[in-house]
Amino acid sequence: MKIANYVILIAFLVLMIYASLGFPNRGDANARMNRETSLTGSTNAPSYYIHNANRDAHTPNMVTVILADYRGYDTLGEETVILTAGLICFLLLRKKRIPNDQK
Amino acid sequence: MIRNKDNPIVVLVSRIVSPFIMLFALYIIFHGHYSPGGGFQGGTMLAASLLLVRLAMGSEIAQLQFKSGWGTILGSVGVLIYFGTGLAAMLLGGTFLNYDFLSLSEITSHTRSMGILLVEIGVGLAVMGILVAIYDDLLEGDPDG
Repeated sequence: MKIANYVILIAFLVLMIYASLGFPNRGDANARMNRETSLTGSTNAPSYYIHNANRDAHTPNMVTVILADYRGYDTLGEETVILTAGLICFLLLRKKRIPNDQK
Repeated sequence: MIRNKDNPIVVLVSRIVSPFIMLFALYIIFHGHYSPGGGFQGGTMLAASLLLVRLAMGSEIAQLQFKSGWGTILGSVGVLIYFGTGLAAMLLGGTFLNYDFLSLSEITSHTRSMGILLVEIGVGLAVMGILVAIYDDLLEGDPDG
């Protein structure tokens, strides 16, 4: 059984490495996601963010603007996930307080 | 097992280092507009400064600084700040999480900047509270803690 696990793991590793070979290089200007316009001719989202982030929100850090302003719903979801994890820990791990005379 | 809370060096160093970690965490949260950082990173470092005191001096003494029950409450408050910012924008006539309508400043882009700051504070509080709460929940009932 253990050998089968390792074989499956290595097979997945090889698959992932093979799949990653298809990615464009980092910062490749000719890659489709880095172009100014998308296939339909409209402005690509990254190019819009780079051009307008500072003007829209008066914040030099583009990442913060995308995280908290353009993608505000996404960050609200992330925070809810963290709160849910904390509440689950609270509900599962907290013991009920037993009064002293019943111990 | 060596009880770290009896070790004066560990206690002294954690007492000195913890406030500076907290200060740097606040810097990361409030300077997230201009440099790498933000609510998640700053909240994690705030939690680290509280957990350092908990690890060095034991949970009983650390209750004086931050009680176990506060973590979950603070996490909920953080999420409520985030949600409330969005809801306030909606009640003031805009759409959900559209900070333009908060009217915190004369200029629209400055209002958005302030809205981002509010949201980041909410994220930081939530992350800090939940991380400390998870640590306290895991230690619940441990006589050594």
